[in-house]
Amino acid sequence: MLIHLVARRLAGLAVVVLLAPAAVQAQIIARPAQLDLTGSWAPLATEDVQNDSVPVDYLGLALTEEGRTRALAYDESQKSMIERQCQGWGAAYAVLGPFGLRITSQVDPVKHRIVSYTIGAWEDWMTMTIWMDDRPRPSAHALHTQAGFTTGRWEGGALTARTTHMKAGFIRKTGVPLSDEAVIDWRFFRHGDVLTVMMVATDPVYLEEPEIITKGFRMSPAPLDFRDPCVPGFEGREPGDPVPHFDPDRNPFVDEFAKLYNLPQDAVMGRRETLYPEYRARIKDSYVQPPPCTESCGVAGNFVRRRQQ
Amino acid sequence: MRRPCAVATGLAVVLALLGGASTATVRAQAQGGAPPASAREAAPIDLTGYWVAYVTENWRYRMVTPPKGEYRRIPASPAALAVINAWDPAADAKAGLQCRGYGAAAIMSVPARLHVTWQDANTLRVDIDAGTQTRLLRFGAGQTPARPRSWQGDSTAQWERVAGPGGGGSLRVTTANLRAGYLRKNGVPYSERATMTEHMDLTPLPDGGQLLLVTTIVEDPVYLTGPYIVSPHFKREADGSKWNPTPCSSTW
Repeated sequence: MLIHLVARRLAGLAVVVLLAPAAVQAQIIARPAQLDLTGSWAPLATEDVQNDSVPVDYLGLALTEEGRTRALAYDESQKSMIERQCQGWGAAYAVLGPFGLRITSQVDPVKHRIVSYTIGAWEDWMTMTIWMDDRPRPSAHALHTQAGFTTGRWEGGALTARTTHMKAGFIRKTGVPLSDEAVIDWRFFRHGDVLTVMMVATDPVYLEEPEIITKGFRMSPAPLDFRDPCVPGFEGREPGDPVPHFDPDRNPFVDEFAKLYNLPQDAVMGRRETLYPEYRARIKDSYVQPPPCTESCGVAGNFVRRRQQ
Repeated sequence: MRRPCAVATGLAVVLALLGGASTATVRAQAQGGAPPASAREAAPIDLTGYWVAYVTENWRYRMVTPPKGEYRRIPASPAALAVINAWDPAADAKAGLQCRGYGAAAIMSVPARLHVTWQDANTLRVDIDAGTQTRLLRFGAGQTPARPRSWQGDSTAQWERVAGPGGGGSLRVTTANLRAGYLRKNGVPYSERATMTEHMDLTPLPDGGQLLLVTTIVEDPVYLTGPYIVSPHFKREADGSKWNPTPCSSTW
């Protein structure tokens, strides 16, 4: 009876498959619900998210007034203070920084399930652990760290993760702040040997709209390692010196980036409306294309150009 | 008793020979469902509707025309440099080539709104208001008849459906048969030999909205030394009230 049953089911299945149009069959391919993310991923650097850290460049951000004011008060010399030299950058730097990803997984030896993924540290970025074991999120009053606390799960073929409990820090190296109330949602999409990591940073204090950054990586056959010990040293500031900062209304670099590329000051200051296509219509008649590029016009960032001026 | 067994064995062999292309159909049957009759029915995600570009990356290269001669972050080949430095938007306009910066390899990075609809059961249509362009993403291998090269080229689409109870998936699009165009408005070129692969994924936003992510891989043996990969993203909009078709422009 069982053989009869199997035969009938297979026969029915085969008839349907044979009758299905070939074109339809070619339209769909199955994709596993979970993909292997472990290994080394080299950064592509084909997208520019922070313009090589020119001061007062808030392009592509929707800042609150408070966020803008805090950003304008920032002086990069803060990083020369001995107690801040090895502070590193927060979780967002995973997609803002220039480095690649070194992802490992940790497996429960009994249940053979992935307990966590770990993205290895860089010289100025802490290790990020993505917990996959459904552990509860700590209390809102629990310790906040640079890396924060991250849990993840697979959803629609992508690794989905959420980071909370981050220390107050920055979302750009130019001093654009991110508060300790911020939440970062991540998606890791793997398509072949290309990994696209999307960050959606939400901050009720400093961001009017989420900051969405996507960064591409390619699988690297050679292992990558971006660790480098940070050794603080004297950089001209004595312990106990005041923290370098600007009066937000008198930031000497307020128009440097805008002038460098003839950009509208509104856009450089991180205003929400500048993120949408209709903003182009507003600046169409006032924008003047800068003079032709004559040096360092290729892959080198404008940091190089700025240094040469 | 032997005959059904032999039939079953034979049919199993036939099924095996049908191979991976029929995987989804086989799975649908195994789960008791009918095979999808069209790409529209098979869609694991819904891309239709209005979408607006959310320009949080490459702002300086997308929202304004960057300086002539600048090609940062594009792996331009030595052959491309001559084209980059010879860029003349007025000459393009005079020659009727204003749409060079709106071809398939660049159009998803142009600040624009998209309107995605099903033109027919197996063709997804993407209208773009900036430059008033239309892309047709055709499902099914071997469906594309020979056509002259065009700004948007010929695109073949394929769903990638995630196995398992959660479902979901993404859209893979490959495009070729392009007219030569610009990756950026300031004349960084791609040739007519360029090909493009796109992966379109959807993801929810914390405010309840939805984001369309288009991972775009452009390869060009003439003007690129390696793949140029970008991932523009779009927010879903409730309606087309902000839809604003504009013509191509070589100067803006």
